[in-house]
Amino acid sequence: MVKTVCALKIEDLSVEVGGKRILTDVDLEVPRGEVHILFGPNGSGKTSLIMSILGLSAYRVVSGKIWFDGRDITSLPINERVRTGIGVAFQSPPTIRGVKLGDIIRSFVGEGPEAEKKEHGLIETINFPRAILERDLNLGFSGGELKRSEVLQVLAQEPDFVILDEPDSGVDVENLELTGNVINNFLKERSALLITHLGYILRYVDADLAHVIINGTVVCSGKPLVILSQIMREGYRWCEKCPRVREERCELGEKPRL
Amino acid sequence: MSESKRRALRARGKAAALGPDLDLDSFSRETQSWSYCPLSSLPIDITQRSLDVGIRSDEEGRAATYFQIDHSVVYKSIEKAFEGKVEAMSTREALKKYDWLRDYWWGLVAVDTDKYTALAELRWDQGYFFRVLEGQRVTLPLQSCLFISGDNLNQNVHNIIIAEPRSEVQIITGCVVHPNVHKGLHVGISEFYVKEGAKLTFTMIHNWTQDFDVRPRTAALVEEEATFINNYVCLKPVKSLQMYPVAYCKGAESRVRFNSILYGSGHSYLDVGSKVVLQGDGSRGEVVARAIATDHAQIYARGFLVGEHRESKAHLECRGLLLSDTALIKAVPELLGKVVGTELTHEAAVGKIAEEQVQYLMARGFSEAEAESLIVRGFMDISVFGLPENLRNEIRRLVETTTERVL
Repeated sequence: MVKTVCALKIEDLSVEVGGKRILTDVDLEVPRGEVHILFGPNGSGKTSLIMSILGLSAYRVVSGKIWFDGRDITSLPINERVRTGIGVAFQSPPTIRGVKLGDIIRSFVGEGPEAEKKEHGLIETINFPRAILERDLNLGFSGGELKRSEVLQVLAQEPDFVILDEPDSGVDVENLELTGNVINNFLKERSALLITHLGYILRYVDADLAHVIINGTVVCSGKPLVILSQIMREGYRWCEKCPRVREERCELGEKPRL
Repeated sequence: MSESKRRALRARGKAAALGPDLDLDSFSRETQSWSYCPLSSLPIDITQRSLDVGIRSDEEGRAATYFQIDHSVVYKSIEKAFEGKVEAMSTREALKKYDWLRDYWWGLVAVDTDKYTALAELRWDQGYFFRVLEGQRVTLPLQSCLFISGDNLNQNVHNIIIAEPRSEVQIITGCVVHPNVHKGLHVGISEFYVKEGAKLTFTMIHNWTQDFDVRPRTAALVEEEATFINNYVCLKPVKSLQMYPVAYCKGAESRVRFNSILYGSGHSYLDVGSKVVLQGDGSRGEVVARAIATDHAQIYARGFLVGEHRESKAHLECRGLLLSDTALIKAVPELLGKVVGTELTHEAAVGKIAEEQVQYLMARGFSEAEAESLIVRGFMDISVFGLPENLRNEIRRLVETTTERVL
């Protein structure tokens, strides 16, 4: 896989929700075939960045551009962005009564014996019973089931670019290991942006680069495990004290490549 | 003159407690008489319409059939395998055959409830009598169709359904109009007797037209350890529909469940409720309603649970989905506990389609319209109704077919 072509490129992106600025001048680039991590404390703008990439209506782009595979997707509707090859596993997906998980999976894999076989394989991979497909979407799902359901949908979609919003939060050890391994396997030869708060997923996923977002701005980028160990030692307070945040320079990380 | 006629005469000007008051003289009583014939020889526009409400003219997968057009009984039959297990005929014929049926006639619905019950007594146009004999478990559904072929016609039917002790049966009733019918009035009296240990699942599917008025009057008596499940589906426009069926859980451990799916469009006015009266020790009731209103439709979704016995329990769940700012849904849940130890609960919610849900589905590749359609279909999902699998699949297919057309 050629890594020089950019899968996702976010350029000078500023976003408002309800008139309040939540992202400011965000620059981020994920080359094809690379897996990037997005760290940040609660409320720093991690999920907002994902929602903005997806184009949710509440997230109004004030300035900047979002490029996917060289195409400007900043003004596209959500479904068209997704069809360009982006798949998202949400952190807190909504409950939709009457819409079955199977409806979504079948919209990706199709109908017929071959599709059924594929569907079978996918739910086995994620260690779900078949009956889960007939359950209302996210209704009464446990924390682990929610995460696995989101990952299952992304597996069925087979996107080129995967966005995973905190796949490791609220998940027990067994499920974390399972989803972590499934995700790592799936991400081979794909590009991805993974949000993680505590970094548990990094035990299973080989990531190329990590970014830290504070107060709606990407403040540094660097080696994922180095940044994670620093955060684990000193917490995000360290980031707030970081010279890059205060003086546009980070001693630990690298300068963002844009 | 019989006592019921006298009472009906006194009530013929009595407006109903709910729903718009109708001028009964504005509807016609004149219609052609339809001769008795096999269903296969009926015009295709009639059989096709009937199929839309679950009535199979080939009778495949049905234990018995009753078919009425306007005021005429055109067909009735019982499949060979079920002869001696079930009875199917018009109520006029049944009243001639069984003297004891007089005790059931107007036994649960008061003839002087309002002008519509009075009309059904004074201008009675047949209706069906289904009876499942003691201990018989009828594996295929019975079907009945009440068809209206003439414009502005008034049809008044009176149905009696009896599930004898320890019997089990499913009944599908379809009420439908010919494509050329624009207006009219259907009054349907239905009295259900679910005896000791019996299980009766009744599914009624209505398919009316924008200027049509409908006034069903239904009551059920549920005896010891008996179960009555009443499913109601109305997805097509109607001028006004007002009904408030009631089930009396008289026997110990009796069970009642009302499920309804209403889709109000155009200028439809739907006032639909379900009432459960818990009179037996350990009796249980459940009311589940789904209402969708679009265009200028008005839906009043009512539910009334009455606890009259200790150790009784009932729950009411009503969800409304508004698809238009000019539509209206009013959920009216009522609970009345009369004794200590009865447990009555309800939950009601009315709202529009959540944007969060639409956008989530769009993130799965659906267009906005596809996402909304999926949510609406999901809202009308009948898997929450707790039906037997064959019936669930059949009703689901009917709902999906109709939904496809109305959405």
